[in-house]
Order: sequence, then C-alpha cells, then structure tokens
Amino acid sequence: MSKDNQILEDLNSKEYEHGWSVDFETDEAPIGLNEDIIRWISTKKEEPSWLLDWRLKAFKIWQGMSEPAWANVNYPKMDLQALRYYSAPKQSNKPKNINEVDPELIAIYERLGISLNEQKRLQGIAIDVVLDSVSVATTFKETLGKLGIIFCSFSEAVKEHPDLVQKYLGSVVPMTDNYYAALNAAVFSDGSFCYIPKGVRCPMELSTYFRINAANTGQFERTLIVADDSSYVSYLEGCTAPQRDENQLHAAVVEIYAGAHAEVKYSTVQNWYPGDKEGKGGIYNFVTKRGICAGDHSKISWTQVETGSAVTWKYPSCILKGDHSIGEFYSVAVTNNYQQADTGTKMIHIGKNTKSRIVSKGISAGKSQNSYRGQVQVMKRAHNARNFSQCDSLLMGNQCGAHTFPYIDIANPSAKVEHEATTSKIGEDQIFYCNQRGIATEDAVALIVNGYAKEVLNQLPMEFAVEAQKLLALTLEGSVG
Amino acid sequence: MLSIKNLHASIEGTPILRGINLEVKAGEVHAIMGPNGSGKSTLASVLAGREEYEVTEGEVLFQGKELLELSPEDRAREGVFLAFQYPIEIPGVSTTNFLRTALNQVREYRGLEPLDAVKFLSLMKEKMALVEIDQKLLSRSLNEGFSGGEKKRNEIFQMAMLEPVLSILDETDSGLDIDALRIVSNGVNKLKSENTATIVVTHYQRLLDYIVPDFVHVLYKGRIVKSGTKELALELEEKGYDWIKEEVDSTATV
Repeated sequence: MSKDNQILEDLNSKEYEHGWSVDFETDEAPIGLNEDIIRWISTKKEEPSWLLDWRLKAFKIWQGMSEPAWANVNYPKMDLQALRYYSAPKQSNKPKNINEVDPELIAIYERLGISLNEQKRLQGIAIDVVLDSVSVATTFKETLGKLGIIFCSFSEAVKEHPDLVQKYLGSVVPMTDNYYAALNAAVFSDGSFCYIPKGVRCPMELSTYFRINAANTGQFERTLIVADDSSYVSYLEGCTAPQRDENQLHAAVVEIYAGAHAEVKYSTVQNWYPGDKEGKGGIYNFVTKRGICAGDHSKISWTQVETGSAVTWKYPSCILKGDHSIGEFYSVAVTNNYQQADTGTKMIHIGKNTKSRIVSKGISAGKSQNSYRGQVQVMKRAHNARNFSQCDSLLMGNQCGAHTFPYIDIANPSAKVEHEATTSKIGEDQIFYCNQRGIATEDAVALIVNGYAKEVLNQLPMEFAVEAQKLLALTLEGSVG
Repeated sequence: MLSIKNLHASIEGTPILRGINLEVKAGEVHAIMGPNGSGKSTLASVLAGREEYEVTEGEVLFQGKELLELSPEDRAREGVFLAFQYPIEIPGVSTTNFLRTALNQVREYRGLEPLDAVKFLSLMKEKMALVEIDQKLLSRSLNEGFSGGEKKRNEIFQMAMLEPVLSILDETDSGLDIDALRIVSNGVNKLKSENTATIVVTHYQRLLDYIVPDFVHVLYKGRIVKSGTKELALELEEKGYDWIKEEVDSTATV
C-alpha cells in the first residue's frame, strides 16, 4: 500500500518539460469573435474571396450550433469571445525558404529538440512547423517537389494550388459536422497541406509540429492530406504548449482523402500542456480528424499516443467508401492528475468487403478520467464488412476512472463485428516481481506500461516510437527521489 | 552467508513466523519442509522483501549486510534470487527484454558496464543450453500463456542469467511432471558452486531426490522444529508430518 502511494506521488510530481514560453513581436487580431474578425484574418492572409465566403458561411452555421455535451468530460466552459483568433510572429520579410526564417523562431524549435536545419535533421523526415496561428517553416520542399509531392503550409497551398484546396477542403469534414469543426472552418489560420500524386510513394515521413506560444490565443489549424490513386504517405504530428494557468483552446481539423489503392498512415504524439497537478490550466484539445477511403482497396491508418491536454475530445475516424478498403485506429491515451480524455474512433463501412481494426489502450492515473468512445457502423450495401475492436484499460491507483462506450450499428446481416475489452490494474505483484529481479519501481512501471501499449507503439515510425516510449514513461513515472 | 536470527513476521496483524533461526553457509543447500500453512512461503517472501509482510522482530544478515534494511530491488542486486511459486505475467514484455532491463540494472548497481546486445545474446545462448529452454519462449510475453513447466523453467533461466549468490526456490516442484522436474533440477544443480547457496522450499521429498540437500529443516507454526540431514526428508516422506506435529504440540501444551 505504501509503495502504491509512493508511486502515485511520484506520478504527480512530474513536471511538464515544455512549459516555457518566449516573448517575440507578434501580429495579433483584436480579441473577440465576429464577422469582422473573420474578415480581418482573411485579409491578413490575402485570401481569395471564395475562401472568405466559405469562412463566413461556416461562421453563420456555427452561430446556430451549441457546444456538444455528450462527451464524458466536465470542464468550465470557455468564453470564446475572450479569445484571440490570430497571433503570428512578426517577420519583416516573408521567408522564401528555411534559410530566411528568423533565427529566433528556429531557436524555439531547437529548444524543443526539433532541428529545422535540413543538414542536421535525420534523413527521411520533412517537417512543417506551426507556431500559434501560422506555419513558420517547411523543410525538404525541393526534394519532395521533384517527385511532384506538394508539402507546404495551408496558406501557401491556398495561393499556389487553389484548385486542389477548393476541391478537397471540407469534403471529408464538412463545416456542418460539429461545433468545433464549424468554428475551425470560420477562423482557421494555418496548418499543413500535402498532396501525393498518382503512383508516388513518398520517400520520407512528412510531419507537422504544432506549438502554441501566445497566451489567450486559440490554435485552429487545418491539415489536408490528399493521396491520389496508388500513392503512399506516412504523416506524423507532434505538439506542445507553454505552461499557463488559464485553459487554452486547440480546435483543429484534419482531413485525409485516399484514392484507389492509396495508403495513408497518420501518427500523432500529443503532448499539449496537461495543466498542473491541481487541475489548473492546460489545453482543451477538441479536434476533428477524419479520413475517407474514397477509392477501392485504399487504406487509412490512425495511430495516436495521447499524453497531454487537460481535456481531450477526439475521434480520428475512417469512412470506408471504396470496396475492399481498410481503416485502422491504434490508440494509447494516458491521463494523470485531473486530466480528462474522451477519445476513440468511428469506422463507417459503406463499401463491400471493407475491414476495420480498432486497438485502444487507455491508461488512467491520479484523479483522471479516461473514456473510450467508438462507433462501428455498417451500412446496408456494405456486404461482408469486418470489424475487430479491442479496448483495454489500465488503472493505476484507486482514484481514477476508465470508461468504455462502444456503439455498434449494423444494417447488413453479413457483417462480422468483434469487440473485446479488458480492465486491469498494475499489480503490486507485477512490480514486486520486477523488483525481485533488480528492476527499480519506476523502471518497472515503464516496462509494464510499455508492454501494455506495445501493440500500438509498434505501429509508429521508429523515431516516433522511441519518443513515445519515453513520453509514456515520463508522464507516468516522474523522478523517484 | 545468510544468518537469520529470531525472525518474526506477520501479515495484517496475524503472526506467521514466530522466531526463525537459520545459518546458511556458501556451498550449502538447505531444504525447508513442513505442512501447509507452516510459514514456508512466508519465509521466502520476507527474505525477498515482499511488502505485505511486516517484520516484527529479529534480524537477517546477508554477506554482512542487514538484509531487512534493503529495498527488494537492492536485495536482488546484492544477489538474492527468488524463484516464484506462481510466476507473474507481464503482457507485452518478453523475457528477453525483461532480463536485459534486470541484468543491466544489477550490473549498474555492481559498478559494471551494461552489456551490449551482442554480449547479452551470447550470454542468453549459453544459459539457454543450461536449462534446456526454447528461444521462442523467451520472445513471448513473460509468463503469459506459459504452461506450469514453462513458467518454472523460465524462473530457473532467469536465475541462470542473473547469477545470484543466494537462490530461494519456492515450491519450484509444484505443477511439474517428472521430466520437467528433472530438467529444472539439473539446471539448479549446474548453477551451484562453492560460492553460492540454495534454499529449497518444498512440500514433498520428491524434489530432493534431484536437488540433494545438505540440511533439512521442518517448519511448523512459524518455527523450525526439527533439523537434520537428507535422511530426515525420507523419514518425513514415509511417516508424514503428524508425528512431528504431535511432538511439538504435546511439549507446547504440557
């Protein structure tokens, strides 16, 4: 018992290591949300009129919506009129390439352990970095350009590839989808855009790194990934934010389109500031992520390691429209202290012989609440649809909660849907067994947790997997004194 | 090497061990026998440092150090190994990964460099042959879905890898068929040396045909009530424990 308490105390003493912020000159929109602010953002970004119209339409729709209350989370509502919807570091000249980016900004990322210097970076990963409301740098653009791959900031895509953006924007997550998706459509400031042409296998991992720096500012980025027929891309996303006493809102939208025989792998390591151990501050992470397997034999695979945020509300989903298409969702969600997570997925089977696989591993510690919410829907014409779901919960201590809300909705009798669920506790006997072999308690916890999450961690690209393992260990262990 | 003096321990206020005295020297094999509930497994657990047991009196010296002052992991690093009666499952963690973490922490404690992957694997190969264990088993999740025999063999393999000074085998024979018993015992015998000692906790004499003890102690009601050589084990096998119980109970009541 005393050992259990000791472990729990150690958990709670863990400090967030990315909690610093930097002062730099910014370009900011006035505080508040109205049509004028949306016009202000659109003008600032020199957007074409169709996009402004699209934003305004979304804003009208959003005004008629109310904040969803069905998630198993409880938090003080945020005053959306008290937020700033645009904040960008001031750069005297717009950088044309990475070498022209303000060294002060590059230094921020160096401090986060992310080198934007292409020579210094590990071969094989191109990165787009988003600071507050704007994308500040994209690496390896030229290398990728030779293959016809477009990888750039969303703003740049609007200017350089308006046809592609107009064709796919909102096609997977319509502005009417939900409260936060509508808000995002109205005020989104930047994000990443990626297009892989027909038959091209992207030779490196593409990644976006999100960082919130400014106070009282929401981050509303939008990512759009289009994989044309028979193409392949693996995409990574990481994020951090400074430690602040007030809550901050992050309401992103990610849309993925996969053509026939195309495959997209999307991996996230989410490490937003979770708030302090009393539950003060932290990011509200209200995110809509969805992919459509539009073509036959296409595949979309989501992998997420969620360790941060005060409140998470996130369901990366797949619409399996093409026949023989495959959707996958692998998730590890860790909550500690007063964190709350309501996360899961939706697999919507429309095409014939479509398959989906859900592996969700929740880990709850402290006084946190961790919920899995998942929907498997098989439509009428989806003959021979298959789904396998596995939802495991691991509890540490006796003050946290784990919940599972699976929804299954079948309209075709040939469907085969399997659901397995387990709940377990890290046992004192497991820790003692490790101790008896000479393994210290903190390392024992890391070993057990990583073993538990292995099936998901195995899905991550190598470099990310190592980072994720360390992050899991850090989030759960703290430093044993 | 090990000196237990007047050891008392209880669980949730109920005394289990009521004054154990035992001296174990390097090179010796001691068997602890006794009827169910006599405190055999408790003794093994207390030596290994299990938290549920509260030591209320007595002291234990291990190679000159106060064993009871050390954390369970430091006892292991000093060279105390417990082969569990019921080995614990750790899903998603292979024996290989588990042992690599363990061995390197033990080495660090002893001021040695961690073993690199190549050296670790060659050590594994050497020890695998010793206890006749299959590599496939070692890459599976630790103890998960293992048969009784596989679990026990895996315990002895871990013992071989960690090279303890004092090995405590807690009912290692339970759940083993005769072939597995032979293999496990052979492993233990090969690991014995002049510098190490073994405590075998068992209910039956059977195991002692293979692992021959220098001394046999009978535990009853938390005390060692009779000590002898291997012949004592044979006598127990033949006559059961009742005569000892009667002997002890009658002297206690008179």
